[in-house]
Amino acid sequence: MDGIFLQQLINGLTLGSVYGLIAIGYTMVYGIIGMINFAHGEVYMISAYLSAIALALLAFFGLESFPLLILGTLLFTVCVTGVYGWVIERIAYKPLRNSTRLAPLISAIGMSLILQNYVQISQGARQQGIPTLLDGSFRFAIGDGFVQLTYTKVFILVAAFAGMAALTYIIQRTRLGRMCRATQQDRKMASILGINTDRVISYVFVIGAAMAALAGVLITMNYGTFDFYAGFIIGIKAFTAAVLGGIGSLPGAMLGGIILGVAEAQFSGMVNTDYKDVFSFSLLVLILIFRPQGLLGRPQVAKV
Amino acid sequence: MLQKIYKKGFLALAVTSALGLAPLAHADVVIGVAGPHTGANASFGEQYWRGASQAAEDINAAGGLNGEKIKLVKADDACEPKQAVAVANRLVDQDKAIGVVGHFCSSSTIPASEVYDEAGIIAMTPGSTNPQVTERGLSGMFRMCGRDDQQGIVAGDYIIDVLKAQKVVILHDKDTYGQGLADATKAQLNKRGVKEVLYEGLTRGEKDFNALVTKIRGAGADVVYFGGLHPEAGPLVRQMREQGLTATFISGDGIVTDEMVTTAGGPQYVKGTLMTFGADPRKIPDGQAVIEKFRANGFEPEGYTLYAYASLQALAAGFNGAGENDPAKAAEWLKANPVATVMGKKEWDSKGDLKVSDYVMYEWDEQGKYHQK
Repeated sequence: MDGIFLQQLINGLTLGSVYGLIAIGYTMVYGIIGMINFAHGEVYMISAYLSAIALALLAFFGLESFPLLILGTLLFTVCVTGVYGWVIERIAYKPLRNSTRLAPLISAIGMSLILQNYVQISQGARQQGIPTLLDGSFRFAIGDGFVQLTYTKVFILVAAFAGMAALTYIIQRTRLGRMCRATQQDRKMASILGINTDRVISYVFVIGAAMAALAGVLITMNYGTFDFYAGFIIGIKAFTAAVLGGIGSLPGAMLGGIILGVAEAQFSGMVNTDYKDVFSFSLLVLILIFRPQGLLGRPQVAKV
Repeated sequence: MLQKIYKKGFLALAVTSALGLAPLAHADVVIGVAGPHTGANASFGEQYWRGASQAAEDINAAGGLNGEKIKLVKADDACEPKQAVAVANRLVDQDKAIGVVGHFCSSSTIPASEVYDEAGIIAMTPGSTNPQVTERGLSGMFRMCGRDDQQGIVAGDYIIDVLKAQKVVILHDKDTYGQGLADATKAQLNKRGVKEVLYEGLTRGEKDFNALVTKIRGAGADVVYFGGLHPEAGPLVRQMREQGLTATFISGDGIVTDEMVTTAGGPQYVKGTLMTFGADPRKIPDGQAVIEKFRANGFEPEGYTLYAYASLQALAAGFNGAGENDPAKAAEWLKANPVATVMGKKEWDSKGDLKVSDYVMYEWDEQGKYHQK
């Protein structure tokens, strides 16, 4: 049974790493302006469409080699999705910066509906798909069973962890990251010290969208199919992952995503697939009872 | 090869769907065409709409309903029960429809038919196969297809007699149609002494079934039966093949669309997939002239297209047979008289079910097409 356990671990890790990538968008936005960006799942969905369009365009111009194809697709998707993130913040959230806490929440839900319908109308309601890009897989014999690992899954794991590492570097080591952290700690103080906080908030939306775009390309490669409604379930899962890890905490989002993915896979493997979501949400409730701030979140300090 | 696929994909994406409502000539009686015109199952809605539109055109050319012209109204339920009730009310209250061709998902047809029953109008579903659709004593509910308890028997017998399977896994999508079909197949297998090794439900809208596939592998399955629709069936069969699972994949009439190949990521994954569906209506001699009309318009009448055509034909025959556009009288007439449709002669029993169902097994080939076995 070792082979089965290991296979489930791999299933969970690949699923969890893309949850983590999307969760980053939720957690960063919450950390900096204290709102839940419910349109973030739709940003992922748009990036799935964009990656298919990019692939089609590149192939149209005669590009055939896999590394160039995937690099071009990533570049295009991340850039265009980043623009979407920036525009969404400008239109839906910035005008409401100083209104009640509830207003941007409602506007986020509205944005999510608008984006869904916009894609449905412009791209059609049918299921879309891309052909398999990377065929083949590794197969390891373990005990009396085996573990099968497609090249695509290896690519996903590597790309997701590279993306997370790059983001950690940006936040911890660069000037932009320092500005983000300063704005997160105290927006007013940061702006007194000469940081253009509005611009930093825009950057955060762009970074979140870029991470969702990376996830979009990876998921589209792996499952090959998507529709205009694809952002809903995965958005909810990623949001759960962000809360699980401690909303506002970057490593928390990644950890939360991976825990959620692995828990889902192992539970459906060992117990029952019907109730895997019940299990993940029970896990969330339990963790929040004992650690209301999430696994790696900082406890809220009441500001006077 | 790869490039060609991309070119096609590019064109398909570039040409945004400009398929609006086709304005029909001013007409007198309204018939609703209800189904998933948007959403993950929109390809079935398109089959419905194409079939019914062609039928309306042909019937109007032949004199309409007792001299009045048919006007079709699109009603989109997106395969969601709540939305189905809303559009059913709209068809009844606003559009004053006297008949409905629809719906598609059984979980939509069942609640919507309550609305039609209350309003006293007649409904003919081309594709809802759950037994409950006609088991609730509604006088105006008919279907043009078989029932899942019949479909399950065909699938169950095939698994035992032809595939000689020892270890069968049964999966469903937790929806009225999917679970009903899976249960019908399970009942037939159990009746014949085969106990499934695994019976589980997955969630509609999800794309990752890897954990489930690994579990199936652990169970050592040689046949996987899935009750559900193609948006889940496609990724499921792909992930089975990616994990090196070679078990035969069987499903029902919920995957009868070329989108099955899209959602699976290519014909190499659907190759060898089996499914139960009514005998191919395109092979019945009665319909050849109509089929040529579809093909002349560049549309292959696959899946439920001809079922939708025949449904409207049957409704029209009911109204014309009754001699007036009264839904109650049309329903009475349909239960007493056979109708010559594009799919051959059809007769209904007192519940509104077809007297003869004709489920057979189909197989998908390496080109991504399905053929009757």
